[in-house]
Amino acid sequence: MNNLKNFTKGFIKENPVLVLFLGLCPTLGTSNSAINGLSMGLATTFVLVLSNVVISSISRFIPDKVRIPSYIVVIASFVTVVDFMMKAYLNTPGKNFEPSIYDQLGIFIPLIVVNCIVLGRAEAFASKNGVFASLIDGLGMGLGFAFALFMLGSVRELLGNGSILGFKFIKGDGMLMFVSPPGAFLALGFLIMLMRKLNQKLAKN
Amino acid sequence: MDYILIIISAVFVNNIVMTQFLGICPFIGVSNKVDTSMGMAGAVMFVMVIATMVTYLLQQYILEWLGIPFMQTVVFILVIAALVQLVEIILKKVSPAMYQALGIFLPLITTNCTILGVAILAVQKEYNLMESVVYAFSNAAGFGLALITFAGIREQLDLVNIPKSMKGVPIAFIIAGLLAMAFMGFAGIVK
Repeated sequence: MNNLKNFTKGFIKENPVLVLFLGLCPTLGTSNSAINGLSMGLATTFVLVLSNVVISSISRFIPDKVRIPSYIVVIASFVTVVDFMMKAYLNTPGKNFEPSIYDQLGIFIPLIVVNCIVLGRAEAFASKNGVFASLIDGLGMGLGFAFALFMLGSVRELLGNGSILGFKFIKGDGMLMFVSPPGAFLALGFLIMLMRKLNQKLAKN
Repeated sequence: MDYILIIISAVFVNNIVMTQFLGICPFIGVSNKVDTSMGMAGAVMFVMVIATMVTYLLQQYILEWLGIPFMQTVVFILVIAALVQLVEIILKKVSPAMYQALGIFLPLITTNCTILGVAILAVQKEYNLMESVVYAFSNAAGFGLALITFAGIREQLDLVNIPKSMKGVPIAFIIAGLLAMAFMGFAGIVK
């Protein structure tokens, strides 16, 4: 498989969220606004790329029986790194005293460690492929995840608040339900349906 | 009184699946049949209570004592992974039928965010040991409630005629959205 194909498969054809249904908890939990979704996606991408690189380079030395715990330790270390970095740089409250991005993502930052995408790619791809291919794979899958989160976040922010990334497009209050939990489920349901239609169309051509 | 508040808050008001979005993967994945979802809920409850107890003691008496609370994520996930293996071995011996039914999902409890999430949340909320156990138990009960209700609806859903591209997961999410709306009705009971 060539590298370009490897990179782009994460966006549409094998999108981790919309096609493979992996990592649904952070998808629903952190997509109440576009910026939250994007930051979560990029944090996960960071962990995914680095853990893929490290795991692909050390997988030859890890005995088969303890491979999953070893992978988890590698992933958890990078998650701790991300947690500290976000605590340092993304922890300033907003202009209107709204909570910082770090506070809004909250529990979902340490929970990157149990994101099925990260362990899934380590097991399915990084343990069997070279370092560079794993880097590309991690980048593609991570950005595909970030893309899905950003889309879902934008849709929810637009419907719920009339804005995207804080820029107001529609006057007045939106449908508040889309920012609250039920809206997450509804929006994701419809987004997956659209993605299926799109994939069917692509398969036909 | 505190315990009752914790229970009501965790089961209904801040339901772990419907308002906190933890454990969505098993919620969508094992909710096709009521029987399997009951097994899953039981397994999660068992693992969650033990895991929260063990991680609480670890945090209080080892991590704090050594001054390394930042190792929380790494230590917790390893302990949970070991616990799940243990449960798997016990279940295989005690009840092979249930082991067969849960199949692939038991090892996946390791990467079930509810277990780690509840363990971390219990530490963050600064509960004592008894409160942590009650918190874990009621969160697991909330998970079971959401999962089994949802499985009941999905069993009926198989018989209904729906558009082709909606079948399976998309319609499940829309149903979950409607269920979450129902759970929103509990908001405000506890602070």
